[in-house]
Amino acid sequence: MPHDHHDSLSPSGHPYRADDDTPLSYWQTMEIAVRELLVEKGITSPEEIASQINTMDARSPANGAQVVARAWTDPDFHAALMQDASAATRDMGFDIGPLKLIAVENTAHEHNIIVCTLCSCYPRNLLGLPPDWYKSRAYRSRTVRDPRGVLAEFGVTLPDTTRVRVHDSTADMRYIVIPARPSGTDGMSVDELAKLVTRDSMIGTGVARQP
Amino acid sequence: MAEKTNPQEGTPSKNPARRWHDDPARRWHDNPARRWHDMGGDDAGPVPTDQHDFSLWEKRVDALMIIGSAKGYFTVDGLRRVLEDMGEDAFETMTYYERWIASVNQNLIEGGAYTTAELAAKMDDVARRGLTYGDAAGAP
Repeated sequence: MPHDHHDSLSPSGHPYRADDDTPLSYWQTMEIAVRELLVEKGITSPEEIASQINTMDARSPANGAQVVARAWTDPDFHAALMQDASAATRDMGFDIGPLKLIAVENTAHEHNIIVCTLCSCYPRNLLGLPPDWYKSRAYRSRTVRDPRGVLAEFGVTLPDTTRVRVHDSTADMRYIVIPARPSGTDGMSVDELAKLVTRDSMIGTGVARQP
Repeated sequence: MAEKTNPQEGTPSKNPARRWHDDPARRWHDNPARRWHDMGGDDAGPVPTDQHDFSLWEKRVDALMIIGSAKGYFTVDGLRRVLEDMGEDAFETMTYYERWIASVNQNLIEGGAYTTAELAAKMDDVARRGLTYGDAAGAP
């Protein structure tokens, strides 16, 4: 047996894309060819490509969690974030690029959820690449019509009195949800609070963890 | 056959009810101009929970998209145009980054980075190097 079951999972416990186990595909061939042509033409370099991959790999929901935890604890930052999330997160040192980032905040009466019905727009410069389900037909199609049904699939059940707002992202305009601060967290440090902030809570398909 | 008017001329149709945007009860969802990628509101099954780790080749496609865009060879709108013009079959049969490399490539050719002949020759060369991605991609 070339691989047992254990070897088919990555260190993070996810299956590797099937492409890794199959013969060189047409599209992989195209990727190699495009990359080498761009290098030969002097448009980019292997170092620049590797650097860009490292930059993207370094972005993760932990960045967003720092933003949320600070918003929970620093009223001035909170105000700046709600006013202009691009500028406020840039000021924290995050490379937001040209994205227009908009923060939307969950309260006791309102729950926000983000989607990109047209494709896969996501606050990738802050949170990293989107999860696969975010790009799926089911999530893109149903979130705008049946957000409560979608939320229930993620284990989030809201009272009827909570208003649900769905934000449809575009290539130029990305959203991040600021989840409600959990109860019983008075006196916790920013770093402790950040550990309660999950990726899904910043998409709106989850809520922050209870301590 | 019903008389047709050019919608861009704004001439009222003799049979307004036949035209989507003259219907007072119209919903965007029913607009005949709505394209396949504009899927918000469609019926669909449960949200899939499968997750995979990105392969090196997928990360490279993402990097090429960012770099090609940053260097002015195309815009996000150009990328989206090619993706949307691929049609629904591509959405169902190709993976996300397969669609993206196809669009990046098309945009780079249109942007003058290289020609289709150069691409064809290079792909032929790459395909001869080996049977796996690792063999064909050469040294990391």
